[in-house]
Amino acid sequence: MSDVNAATLADFAASEASPPVRGYWASVGHRLRYDYATLFFLSVIIVVALLAICAPWLAPFDPTKTAMAYRLKPVGFKNFMLGTDDLGRDMLSRLLWGGRTSLIMGMVPVGVATVIGGFLGVLAGFVGGRVNTLIMRAMDIFYAFPSVLLAVAISGTLGGGIKNGMLALTIVFIPPLCRVAESATTLVRGLDFVEAARASGATTLSIILHHVLGNVLSPILIFASSLISVSILLGSGLSFLGLGVEPPTPDWGLMLSALRSGIYIQPLVCALPGVAIFITSLSFNLVSDGLRQAMDVKA
Amino acid sequence: MWRYAARRILMTIPIALGVSAICYALILLAPGDPIQSMLPPDATPEEVAYLKKAYGFDKPVPVQYFLWLMRALSGDLGASIQTHRPVALEVMTALSNTFIIAVGAVLLAFTLAFVMGTIAAYHVGKPTDRALTGVAVMGVSIPNYWLGIVFIIIFAVKLGVLPATGMGSQGSANFNIFDWAQLKYAVLPILTMAMTPLGIIMRSTRAAVADVLNQDFIQMLRAKGLRPFAVLRHAVRNALPQVLTVMGLQLGYLVGGSILIETIFAWPGTGFLMSKAILTRDVPLLQGAILVLAMAFVTINLAVDLLQAAIDPRIKRA
Repeated sequence: MSDVNAATLADFAASEASPPVRGYWASVGHRLRYDYATLFFLSVIIVVALLAICAPWLAPFDPTKTAMAYRLKPVGFKNFMLGTDDLGRDMLSRLLWGGRTSLIMGMVPVGVATVIGGFLGVLAGFVGGRVNTLIMRAMDIFYAFPSVLLAVAISGTLGGGIKNGMLALTIVFIPPLCRVAESATTLVRGLDFVEAARASGATTLSIILHHVLGNVLSPILIFASSLISVSILLGSGLSFLGLGVEPPTPDWGLMLSALRSGIYIQPLVCALPGVAIFITSLSFNLVSDGLRQAMDVKA
Repeated sequence: MWRYAARRILMTIPIALGVSAICYALILLAPGDPIQSMLPPDATPEEVAYLKKAYGFDKPVPVQYFLWLMRALSGDLGASIQTHRPVALEVMTALSNTFIIAVGAVLLAFTLAFVMGTIAAYHVGKPTDRALTGVAVMGVSIPNYWLGIVFIIIFAVKLGVLPATGMGSQGSANFNIFDWAQLKYAVLPILTMAMTPLGIIMRSTRAAVADVLNQDFIQMLRAKGLRPFAVLRHAVRNALPQVLTVMGLQLGYLVGGSILIETIFAWPGTGFLMSKAILTRDVPLLQGAILVLAMAFVTINLAVDLLQAAIDPRIKRA
């Protein structure tokens, strides 16, 4: 009998020792390393971002320089690798520069909204009671607007421009992020280790920083990452309506709208900004899905 | 059920009030004097003074809001700067047009997505599932205003089988969806609009059906020797209420977010109205359209919640 026990114990010890014990983030990284689809789309995002960052050095022409003689030329015309737009501007240069504005419109509002919405949500979830009611009911009111409508309403009344567009998108994303943060925090707050920390005399701030934040961060970040693609689509949609980026600044959404009439002459050239938006937003969506799986957060 | 319904309806009132407050605040946020934005630029000082008094702009903001709210409740949303017609009339006519394509798109999306989602859930992790899920992610990631343009090129310009824009010669007043000569104008907008809800409904169907398929009673059904199709029928019935909720919410999003698609197809709905109002800086019209759309969204959400509670007896709400 004792032999059997000793054997199982030894087995147990061996099995415990063979896979290295990983921390949470290490195991997330390990799972990601074998998720080739996610890695591929992550590299697509990195390439798009690098192209956008390096636009000043990569772009063969000035993206705002017009040339009436070269209007709507096809792909590969003379030095214009991707053709020219309705004002004879080089498409490749405009796409590279446009990536900057589109990526900024995609990431900045989500980033700011994550900080503000996350803070409000953790506050509401942790403090509870009246503070929770006040914050969450206020969020409910913004929830009563469909996201496109709210973005159009805010930037439509404030007027166009990239700043107003980003402000509108930030306001659109705060309520959903706040809700995710609140429900995650409420869940964690009731767990024993929070009570243990409180019993051992930890202050509210240190409980939030050391015990709560680590547990709510991954659902918040996952959700935020899934919003980037929405933000890119909404942002370029606003520009398409004339509410976001203003001409002549290159932006994918704005380029699409400007090229709407040219589409009958050069369909391929005029479809390029749409392809750029599609690829970028698709990559962000799939990477976000991959992260969700790796971090094991339920939708 | 009735207690829940009453509570849910009561909960809607503060939200509706808050929504109206935001809509009112929009006119205060708008750059420039609100009176200026309501009048043509060549208005005389007498007209300005008259309007200021008539709209109560000489009173404090909460009083102004209250007066505006009372007028809005009685159906008076002011007059459009461009057409001088009542905003309420303009928005209501447009809203019925928006509903035509939004309902069409949601029904189309639901039918396709439900079948796709169920198939994917049955083959979780297999190539079929991956392919179908891939289609869903594409539907969510594609800029639908761009897709609309591509559809116009293919179906209207190259093939010439469908009209590109507008609503046909009958206009919006006598639009008959059972007449192909008129219905064909709605085909491309509906097709384009269905892409996003297709992706979202497909993914939630897949999750819901896969969830049910993991439960014990499904294994029992399989052990009993039921064919896959019969097993699936049981799973689908249990997943349906959840998916219907998602569908209802999507209808609300489409009605409220139709602006891009209606702008491309020049479909005379609320979105098209708003995009014209933005171009001409017609603030009363914009404000009225936003108010009506937000209220429509709140009402649809309420209806979805009540319907779900009525359909699904498992839901015991606190």
